Amino acid sequence: MKNNSQEAIIDIKNLQISFGNQDVLKNVSLQLFNGENLVVLGKSGSGKSVLIKCIVGLLESDSGTIDVFGENVNTLNGSKLNNLRKKIGFLFQSGALYDSMTVKENLEFPLHRIRKNLSQQEIDSKILEALENVGLADALNKMPSQLSGGMRKRISLARTIVVDPLIMLYDEPTTGLDPVTSDEISTLINEVQKKYKTSSIIITHDIECARATANRIVMLQDGEIYMEGDLAAFENSKDPLIKAFF
Amino acid sequence: MKIVIPATKDIVRGNSLIVSEKAIAQTHIINHFLTDIANVCLFFVRFIKQSFTPNHEFKEFFKQCFQIGYKSLPLISVTGTIMGLVLTIQSRPVLANFGAESLLPGMVAVSLIREMGPVITGLICAGKIASSMGAELGSMKVTEQIEAMEVSSTNPMKFLVVTRVWAAVLMIPLLVLYADGLGILGSWAGANLKGDVTFSLFFAQAFSHIDFYDLIPAVIKSFFFGAVIGLVGCYKGYNAGRGTESVGIAANSAVVIASLLVLIVDVIAVQITDMIG
Ligand SMILES: Nc1ncnc2c1ncn2[C@@H]1O[C@H](COP(=O)(O)OP(=O)(O)OP(=O)(O)O)[C@@H](O)[C@H]1O
Ligand SMILES: [Mg+2]
Repeated sequence: MKNNSQEAIIDIKNLQISFGNQDVLKNVSLQLFNGENLVVLGKSGSGKSVLIKCIVGLLESDSGTIDVFGENVNTLNGSKLNNLRKKIGFLFQSGALYDSMTVKENLEFPLHRIRKNLSQQEIDSKILEALENVGLADALNKMPSQLSGGMRKRISLARTIVVDPLIMLYDEPTTGLDPVTSDEISTLINEVQKKYKTSSIIITHDIECARATANRIVMLQDGEIYMEGDLAAFENSKDPLIKAFF
Repeated sequence: MKIVIPATKDIVRGNSLIVSEKAIAQTHIINHFLTDIANVCLFFVRFIKQSFTPNHEFKEFFKQCFQIGYKSLPLISVTGTIMGLVLTIQSRPVLANFGAESLLPGMVAVSLIREMGPVITGLICAGKIASSMGAELGSMKVTEQIEAMEVSSTNPMKFLVVTRVWAAVLMIPLLVLYADGLGILGSWAGANLKGDVTFSLFFAQAFSHIDFYDLIPAVIKSFFFGAVIGLVGCYKGYNAGRGTESVGIAANSAVVIASLLVLIVDVIAVQITDMIG
């Protein structure tokens, strides 16, 4: 699906970020094209989560530029940054459900703030739909502490997709889930892509999920892009580092 | 934004100076201290700015008022009553020695309203409220909930910090007045352990010794106690580190620093009232 005539909605150039004297990303250039699912692979600690946190401006990069919909994230602040963030859905690796709120309130929170023109009825039906998508409609009034790890992950996925963002950033959507649920989540990711024409970055270690969702894959290693290509290129690679994943 | 001063080690190495380990450790501490102060100031500036820009989170503010005010009532009731009771029982023999037992209600009321009520309530709230703020915001920080709010285009400073600090500023003076009232009731109970005083007589005697000049400085002081407790609790939680152990550290240092600051504010307030009064 890589096609340079298509517009890049995320355009990262020479991104560099370090914490103390640890260089996490040294020189990363990456594009996300309209409508594609881009899978990011990489060893634990290679800076995948840091990369997508930079995209939404949660972390400040040391150098390099990140353009999202043609706007440089590093130079935005206040309401302009908020307006950009409204178009981006972010699934946190840890789920990041609000402990003090029920599942319903967790899903209402972004809806009330991002889709301000919806009526309460529309909100309720969107919440139910999102929960049905992740197979947890009966968890509506539970507290996050009453849910299992995998259930929390699915609820936070529901919380991310409920606002219909244009760009989705999934940080390990299937980690810690059983194979059946993982498959369902991969299918859901593809459905969201088709239905709402979203473009997504999917960080994963789960090769089945990568196989099911990827239009294009990049591999991060030592703070740089190690390899980029489609699924076939990765599967046929002779490189031991790549082979270890596939 | 967070101010980071480069590690002293690097600076020392850069100039190829030979400095003893101890000196490095000392400059490290000073560095940390200065960085901390700068971050506190930045936090305070952001708090003020967010307090006076539009889009307030009123619902969350009322929720926090309920959490801070209503949920503290049992604890404050017990401490308030015991305060008055103990003060009365302890003072009675001394006053009796001078044959001044009739001054008992007035003396207890003055010391309760001027000093004991605000300070004891302030310290209790520093323990209860600052620690729970530190722990709650700290665990939200560690589990990425604060970042999740940010990407939902919600300003966490406004939603979490501004609401909590103003709720504390508003609720703690009310809790202080409530503790004062219960303290006087406790004192009346204490006076009745030996002797027999009607409540109306006791009340009249107590209030003949106090006026608004006792009450107003105490209330003003309590607003500052609330501000200190809310700000310290939120600052410590909001700036917690990345691991789970930092939640405990945040809660603990919030209590210690808030209690200390309550006492320091008290000393300053007493000096000012003394100068004016
Ligand atoms: N806020 C931060 N402060 C300091 N160091 C950080 C911060 N965030 C990430 N790091 C460091 O950056 C490195 C990369 O972290 P990151 O979370 O991006 O890894 P990852 O590729 O997502 O790994 P995993 O697959 O285990 O989630 C880690 O060594 C981590 O310690
Ligand atoms: Mg990660």
